[in-house]
Amino acid sequence: MELVLFYISSAVALFATIFALTRTNAAHALIYLIVSLLAVAVIFFLLGAPFAAALEIVIYAGAIMVLFVFVIMMLNLGEEGEERERQRMHPAVWIGPSLLSAILLIEMILMLSQLDDRHTGALITAKQVGLTLFGPYVLAVEIASMLLLAGLVGAYHVGRRFRLSEPDNSSPSSTEGDS
Amino acid sequence: MLQAIWLIPLFPFVSSVLLMVTAGRMPRTMVALLGAGSVGLSALVVLGAGLEFMRAPEPFTLTLWHWMQVDGFNPEFAFYFDQLTLVMMSVITGVGFLIHLYSTEFMQDDRDYSRYFAYMNMFVAAMLILVMADNLLLLFLGWEGVGVCSYLLVGFWYEDPANGAASRKAFVVTRVGDAAMALGLFLLFTELGTLTIQPMLEAANQTWASGDTLAALAALLLLGGAVGKSAQLPLHTWLPDAMAGPTPVSALIHAATMVTAGVYLIARTHGLFLLAPDVLLLVALVGLITLLLAAFTALNQHDIKRILAYSTISQIGYMFLALGVGAWSAGIFHLMTHAFFKALLFLAAGAIIHCLHHEHDIFKMGGLRKKLPVVFWSFMIGAAALAALPFTAGFFSKDQILLSAFELHAPIAGIGPWLWAGGLLGALLTAIYSFRLVFIVFFGAAQTEPDKQPGWRMAGPLSLLCVLSIIGGWFVLPLSSVFPAADGHHVSGLVEGISIGVPLLGVAFAWLIYYRRSLPVTGITESDSGVALRGYWYRGWDFDRLYDSLLVNPFVAVSSALKSEWVDAIYHSVVRFCQALHRGLSQSQTGKMRWYATSMVFGLIALITLLGWVY
Amino acid sequence: MEGVVIPLNHVLIVAALLFITGLAGLMFRRNVIFILMALEVMLNSAGLAFVAAGTAWAEADGQVIFMLILAVAAAEVSVGLGLVLQIQRRFKTLDMDAARRLQG
Repeated sequence: MELVLFYISSAVALFATIFALTRTNAAHALIYLIVSLLAVAVIFFLLGAPFAAALEIVIYAGAIMVLFVFVIMMLNLGEEGEERERQRMHPAVWIGPSLLSAILLIEMILMLSQLDDRHTGALITAKQVGLTLFGPYVLAVEIASMLLLAGLVGAYHVGRRFRLSEPDNSSPSSTEGDS
Repeated sequence: MLQAIWLIPLFPFVSSVLLMVTAGRMPRTMVALLGAGSVGLSALVVLGAGLEFMRAPEPFTLTLWHWMQVDGFNPEFAFYFDQLTLVMMSVITGVGFLIHLYSTEFMQDDRDYSRYFAYMNMFVAAMLILVMADNLLLLFLGWEGVGVCSYLLVGFWYEDPANGAASRKAFVVTRVGDAAMALGLFLLFTELGTLTIQPMLEAANQTWASGDTLAALAALLLLGGAVGKSAQLPLHTWLPDAMAGPTPVSALIHAATMVTAGVYLIARTHGLFLLAPDVLLLVALVGLITLLLAAFTALNQHDIKRILAYSTISQIGYMFLALGVGAWSAGIFHLMTHAFFKALLFLAAGAIIHCLHHEHDIFKMGGLRKKLPVVFWSFMIGAAALAALPFTAGFFSKDQILLSAFELHAPIAGIGPWLWAGGLLGALLTAIYSFRLVFIVFFGAAQTEPDKQPGWRMAGPLSLLCVLSIIGGWFVLPLSSVFPAADGHHVSGLVEGISIGVPLLGVAFAWLIYYRRSLPVTGITESDSGVALRGYWYRGWDFDRLYDSLLVNPFVAVSSALKSEWVDAIYHSVVRFCQALHRGLSQSQTGKMRWYATSMVFGLIALITLLGWVY
Repeated sequence: MEGVVIPLNHVLIVAALLFITGLAGLMFRRNVIFILMALEVMLNSAGLAFVAAGTAWAEADGQVIFMLILAVAAAEVSVGLGLVLQIQRRFKTLDMDAARRLQG
């Protein structure tokens, strides 16, 4: 029963992802992406990682996607943006990348099929995770905190409203980079 | 006083350095005082040292410091003092002082007064080091020092590109000789193990038998250096062009002192030349041919300074002839008297040029006898001494040379009279061209009016040099202990008489041709072949053209061929290859992020395929 | 509750499928927002693989790494979205191909 649940949620995740990445409307795509993340959260739960599933929902589907929503709202893309996206969805545009991806996928599946027969099923509680995280991985936690701080500062810096003339004057023109 | 001879080159050197570092900010009076005064002080020290030395004439070496020490080669910074040095130093400081004094007036209006004296003083210092040097390396230092100063002074008025070209020519042509001389020094050091002149000469005497090939080679290489510096055939072409410098420079460097350095060198190392009789004969022949060629050329020049320049070449030819026939002291004697009368002639010519708005062409002068009496008498005496009229300084020295040449029997029997005859022909030509100059410039109709008269600082040196040009011949140079003694002359009175008479004949010719104009020479000179020959002589036997077509043009052709970069093309092709690769690779850098991602996927596929292959 | 017994292969293949989907999206979308979404998908699939492996070996490390990936994703998205705003402001478009000043 639960095994079937796993395959269903996997299919949901996969198709939701495919839809998310092929939409022309960014808001719709975002909804599909959230569906995909929720499906992955279900998979986490089934695998026996309830803490990861919770984090997936809270942070990914919650916080990060909200960021996307804010940005999409700020950009105010509108109808003509959607039209432009539709024109870009030309077969000539996506066939090449799809083929490449397919080749890579076949290779990955071929390699994965050589794994020894192992199954999931162990339950790993939040307590275990916490002990490991603040035990042997405490250094990684520190590094992650630094990364987040850097992300904070970077986001603040990049997100500032530059005066338009300023960077154009200070940066070299594109022709100078040649040869 | 003898221990103080190191002061002699020091005075001009210090003055020169002072003038250089102040770079023209010193007042002119101060510059003149320093420039001429330093040489005057040197002259006084020379006088004092000379008087003390003559009381007990014993050559000595004054070692100042150890110059360098390189594995068995340790030349010292030392001065050697003997009678030859004394004569040379007297000429350099004495005549040098007079010319400096003269210059203070001659160069009065020049913008670069201070630079002029800085160069001149440096020249005097270098020339003194040259003659006082105890070893050949120090001599070479002075030798190159005077070369540099000559270069700087010939190109003194550097705004005119022609002057720059003349100074370059002087420098490059003498460089040919200097290279030969440097090779000679290397050879002497490797063979004899020392460059200190006196021990070296002794060692040469012991190592080499007379006529030894190596000795001949060493002498030949030194001769090369001497020929370059003294403007003898075949390296004489630079001297006429060197007249581009100020006239006192021509007087000091290109007449009285520097160009006689070659004579000094050969006289100083005469022990070596005695071991190579063939080279010695070559010295005589070089001198003879040079003096004749230069005399013919001097006959046809228009520029007063070029006439004097060719006459200098010719007179140094006499000195070489003297050295070549073994009449060492006669050669040095002529060097001294020549320094007197040629400096006099140049300074007088400078006075004419100075008073005639920088006019150089003798055919635009004329009738100056009354207008510039001091200059006229100076020039007259100088020309008489140059032509070796009886009882002038030039007469005694030239007479000695000719008689010595007449008596030469070795290494080819019977060659002496031929050399003598050649010298005599030269003497005839000398008399003609010098009095041609006198008659054209000072007699006849006036062409240009002088706008000023020479002041005392010009007239004073002229008069002193006049005196020296007359009485210089009675000086008895104390050179007998330096050079091997020559036998007394045993020539017949006829030879003696001819030697005296020929210059007078030349003066008579000049008088008839250029003053009375009564000799029917126009028929010869204006004929086709006459004009061609005169043009040929005017261009100095076309030596410049010969060297141009033989050396300069091929060199220019080769260098322009190399300039087209066919050697560099190999390296440029490497560069172009790299640039092509760069261009190709920068094509891949599209700036499109998606393209980069795609390339990464390509790489990933390749990597995984490879891994799958291996495992 | 115990975890479901699933062959690890299958979970990893699901992760690979998600990853490949994200990769394809990264390659053919020109809109910056979609590119960021594709990156999220890829990071998420990597996290899935880690968690699955962690439960298969009954170790907590998989989830620890997942949390680190989460931190990376958060940082990346915040900077990336800042860049999106800048690109929109400067090029008046969200087309990544317009931002090609690094062209060789």
